[in-house]
Amino acid sequence: MSSAHLRPEHFRALFDPRGVVVAGAATHPGKFGFVSLHNLLASGYEGRVAGTNLRGESVLGIDTVASIDDLPADQYDLVFVCTPAAANPEVLRSAAAKGIKAAFVTSAGYGEAGEQGAAAQAELVALGSELDLLIAGPNGQGVVSTPSQLCAQIVAPYPPAGSIGIASQSGNFVSSFQNWALFTGVGVSRAVSAGNAAMVTVADYLDHYAEDPHTRVGLAYVESIVDGRAFAERARAITERMPLVVVKGGATEGGAAAAASHTGALAADDRVFDGVCRQVGVTRATTVEEAFEAAATFATQPLPRGPRTVVLTTAGGWGVVTADAIAAGDLELIELPDDLAEAIDGHLPPRWSRSNPVDLAGGETRDTIPTVLELIAAHDQVDAVVYLGLGIQSNQARMMREGRFYPDHGLERIVDYHQRQDARFATAAAEISTRTGKPILTATELSVADPTNAGPAAVRASARLCYGSANRAVTALEHLWRHARWRQRRGLDG
Amino acid sequence: MTAPPAGARTLDESRSKALLADYGVPIAAERVVADAVGAVDAARALGGRVVVKLCGDAIAHKTERGLVRLGVEGDGAVAAAATELLAAARPDDGEVAILVAEMVSGSRELIAGLHRDPQFGATVMLGVGGILAEAVRDVAFRMAPLDELDAHEMIDDLATQRLLGPFRGEPAVDRAALVGVMLGLARLAAERPDVVAVDINPLIVVGGAPVAVDALVELAPDATS
Repeated sequence: MSSAHLRPEHFRALFDPRGVVVAGAATHPGKFGFVSLHNLLASGYEGRVAGTNLRGESVLGIDTVASIDDLPADQYDLVFVCTPAAANPEVLRSAAAKGIKAAFVTSAGYGEAGEQGAAAQAELVALGSELDLLIAGPNGQGVVSTPSQLCAQIVAPYPPAGSIGIASQSGNFVSSFQNWALFTGVGVSRAVSAGNAAMVTVADYLDHYAEDPHTRVGLAYVESIVDGRAFAERARAITERMPLVVVKGGATEGGAAAAASHTGALAADDRVFDGVCRQVGVTRATTVEEAFEAAATFATQPLPRGPRTVVLTTAGGWGVVTADAIAAGDLELIELPDDLAEAIDGHLPPRWSRSNPVDLAGGETRDTIPTVLELIAAHDQVDAVVYLGLGIQSNQARMMREGRFYPDHGLERIVDYHQRQDARFATAAAEISTRTGKPILTATELSVADPTNAGPAAVRASARLCYGSANRAVTALEHLWRHARWRQRRGLDG
Repeated sequence: MTAPPAGARTLDESRSKALLADYGVPIAAERVVADAVGAVDAARALGGRVVVKLCGDAIAHKTERGLVRLGVEGDGAVAAAATELLAAARPDDGEVAILVAEMVSGSRELIAGLHRDPQFGATVMLGVGGILAEAVRDVAFRMAPLDELDAHEMIDDLATQRLLGPFRGEPAVDRAALVGVMLGLARLAAERPDVVAVDINPLIVVGGAPVAVDALVELAPDATS
């Protein structure tokens, strides 16, 4: 812990407060003090909400008070600070006097603002310790906590509820991850922008998430790691309890600067951080979407017990590309076991591939896909399945539905049938995955091109991620397998 | 390659290897001699073809300066190589000597090393070595201390896995021996805080077993050895 006085109750005050005070509530819709109050009220937070405003104006129906001193004690746990830095010591003293345990400070003018700012930041931390307060930020964008329907942030959006816990050194990355959550439907438990992380660091939040029953996976953006060793130790303590996906900005400093050695020169380009992540079980992603999709997969799929992967596809070309992606990494494209091929034989005309990828070659009838998916996933030599081809028929159905012949000529009936079938397949994939305890990842570009397609829509309804391409599904699955293998090799699953 | 930073000191090749040998790194047999006569005696004792190099604390990257003669055979050739190398010494090389080493050969060259990272502290590296090491950049790092499992995973991390299996008539790389090299480097990092960097390049795979053929140990500026 960066600050010795912090206890779980401080984090509870931040993430699950009984009441929130917005200090510096403003009537101008462009100001942080307005936006944060708006987001808090608009997202369904059910605790008490109060605001302070020097003129005591009414903001969004909240009758503000001039000072926290005018509020009742022991009703609020969190103060969301939008006042100028110079006013904050008084705000914090008043807050602590009313039993408030956590402050989120959005104010700028601290560590990011030269020597004077750094001094103000040091004073802020010292004051927080003295007052037994958790101080998040300063210069942060806010905190989100779906179990409490809390959206105390100066940016959008409010994501759907889920089990991804986000902590970021950049507030805009929180926004990015939450936008992906909103788009995919794979939701967030807690999210916090650490700002200058004066008292509470990204690692501190993640450490709290690892103990949080609402959070299954951590998702973090870090850019300046001051003490790499300490970071590695904290990360390892977290990854033993939950998967942790990290995006890191900025290459490792200094590695090559004074290097006389080849080894030193080769230590540039972030190679050291890469090795550290592998050593301590951190899942490192290079892009926002790769990071989100890895986290979303940890959040919604069981961990594979091994690398043995089977691809099920309704069309050949996709399977070939997916097989290539699997072969290029740590997953294993297994040879289809004879007994599995024989079991599938009974459900398909002879032209199917009889190999992995399992290419149904258009031979499927009403129940083929759920049946074959079940046979594959249940086989004891299979650890994971990638399923391709969902939504094709519904895509055709859309064309029929939107064409000028609809609903005549039997079109209404066939459109309904295709949509029902795709929804069924998506639901079956989730159910079979749950039943077998094995990951089944469904991929189609329709999840992006037409999210209303019955296939992707049903994947979303099943609380899984529908991957925008097979390659993205393979990347996510590989991240899961690497983490599972890291755990297995270190005896963490006993 | 840049020169060592001002004030930094390097051990000459022979002393670098001797230190690494103490930490279990396999080293090709070698002798350090003062002149051509000594070189001839050393070459006879080692037998067969030898490598003749100019060696000195201030000489970091011999290959780039043409101070390495490979596959030298016969008294005359050995004496000539030693004489030429001694003549190639520059005043700022300081005290120099001739190193005569057994000529080991293998198709595969790896690199291993120790680097003290400003953020993550002592790290151990393994990679594809030789003169192209910095261009190829197929390397894996881990923080020291590391355990056997970490070392095995470093080997798995390398992109060029084909280089580690049976290759051009040579057996697969002895992974246990490679793990031994990395664990030795990690132990050195812990026990010798004055060592700021180690390069073992190339670490030639000889019949499957890694052998350090060149090595450079860099010491902290104020250290004594």
